[in-house]
Amino acid sequence: MSANLVALWYLAASVCFILALKGLSSPETARRGNAFGIAGMAIAVITTLAIVAKGRLDLILVAMVIGGMIGAFVSRRVQMTQMPELVAAMHSLVGMAAVLIAVAVVNNPAAFGEHDPLPRGNRLELFIGTFVGAITFSGSVIAFGKLAGLGKKFRLFSSAPVVFRGQHTLNLILAIVMIGFGVAFFLADGKAWTPFLVMLGIAFVLGVLIIIPIGGADMPVVISMLNSYSGWAAAGIGFSLNNTMLIIAGSLVGSSGAILSYIMCKAMNRSFFSVILGGFGAAEGATAADSSQKTVKSGSAEDAAFLLANAESVVIVPGYGLAVARAQHAVKEMAQKLIGKGVSVRYAIHPVAGRMPGHMNVLLAEAEVPYDQVFEMEDINGELGSVDVALILGANDVVNPLAHEKGSAIYGMPIIEANKARTVLVNKRSMAAGYAGLDNPLFYMDKTMMVFGDAKKVVEDMVKALE
Amino acid sequence: MTGTLDPTVVNLVVFVLAVFVGYHVIWNVTPALHTPLMSVTNAISSVIIVGAILAAGPTEIDFGSATGAVAVALASVNVAGGFLVTQRMLEMFKKKAPKADKAEKK
Repeated sequence: MSANLVALWYLAASVCFILALKGLSSPETARRGNAFGIAGMAIAVITTLAIVAKGRLDLILVAMVIGGMIGAFVSRRVQMTQMPELVAAMHSLVGMAAVLIAVAVVNNPAAFGEHDPLPRGNRLELFIGTFVGAITFSGSVIAFGKLAGLGKKFRLFSSAPVVFRGQHTLNLILAIVMIGFGVAFFLADGKAWTPFLVMLGIAFVLGVLIIIPIGGADMPVVISMLNSYSGWAAAGIGFSLNNTMLIIAGSLVGSSGAILSYIMCKAMNRSFFSVILGGFGAAEGATAADSSQKTVKSGSAEDAAFLLANAESVVIVPGYGLAVARAQHAVKEMAQKLIGKGVSVRYAIHPVAGRMPGHMNVLLAEAEVPYDQVFEMEDINGELGSVDVALILGANDVVNPLAHEKGSAIYGMPIIEANKARTVLVNKRSMAAGYAGLDNPLFYMDKTMMVFGDAKKVVEDMVKALE
Repeated sequence: MTGTLDPTVVNLVVFVLAVFVGYHVIWNVTPALHTPLMSVTNAISSVIIVGAILAAGPTEIDFGSATGAVAVALASVNVAGGFLVTQRMLEMFKKKAPKADKAEKK
């Protein structure tokens, strides 16, 4: 195949990728978009296979079949509640693939149609692609460990921030040293393995150090950020191979992750840097301040069911607790019962509820909740004042009215204004403070009733009581 | 104007335009589909597999092509897993009209 024809096929693939993302603007067009994505990938892979047709196709195909089967298996078996872990694991694979390709380029530039030794310009780009890929890999491994709850076995994976003195200074020094070796790699003659490998090693360590100080509930930002890095790594490799399709695909993914990080930070009213520097919630500790002096009203699931059945309108606010308890199906069943009794039921989703962007939406979709019952925070906040019952399931900080009070740690964070509903039902496992380490005044309001227990158990009891 | 165009400059042009396109397309994605967005971008960034295929391509198997083959396998996990899990999620977002009707009749 001529180089021009290859470039045109790659152009077709790039257009498909853009259409794949464009499809996600609404649930109706999203599946068609995904089909475009698959088509683009098929074009890209087949075109590339045609380039190496005279080489070791057998080796390549075996690798593709093995990898493809693992991917297909995992994608079928994964629970929707485990999506954040899956995505983190996949980011790490992109990062590692980028690193391995970079190693292969240093080893034998000729295989990629490059000069041997690699020209300086391409080396600079290769250096960038490599260290971003390495940071993506090790950072995603840590993120995966935190999300999968491996913190009990390995402290590195603790979902609480891991902080130590001089952390940021150490990171800065490592970054400077890494860039130093990158420059050495850029200036060296020949293959320059030593500076390349030292730089790679430091980048792996940096990936770990960057992610460990970031706590569990900041994971939506971390995952989006690593998503972005995996794209930039691909774009960097595209630069060093002069492959425009890789550059386009990588930039699309990179900007997607960056925008998601921005949206998540905004939904927490925190700057990107404060999230990245980490340690949030560690200083205050997890103690609920002076909660002993205030009294809460608590009731049983049956009491709650009675209130729900007699309401005209109910808004359900799901949070991470719902995902942990895997209560989405029970919630849907309860909502069906209520709708059957003539109650209007809607769901209100905070952008950072859960552990990744859109986490709650996917869980509700899995439970077959029609998406026209599901509302984003901005769309429903104005109506909460006229709602009879707000039912909060495993959410805390995202409904904390302290966000409206100057001086509190979460001041300015947009919240779902459940406190405006006529009655508030809160399901939680205990009175423990949320991620921000703050007490939640919502729980002490006169119109609030707490229902303690595992979300799934409580909701199932409500369903029974509704019958 | 003299001299030939450096490929890096061409790459930079493509890069800047692609970021621009990405910016505008992504802001149009509905927040409800942010999780599928992440899984599909994951699959798309695995197009890095083309680099891996080139690395694994040479007739003689050596360190470089072995590295490439491993990269092909890793990227394939993502290509298959990413698109399939996105598909699975998007199926869930389908409108379930018949079922909703049944529920109303109850």
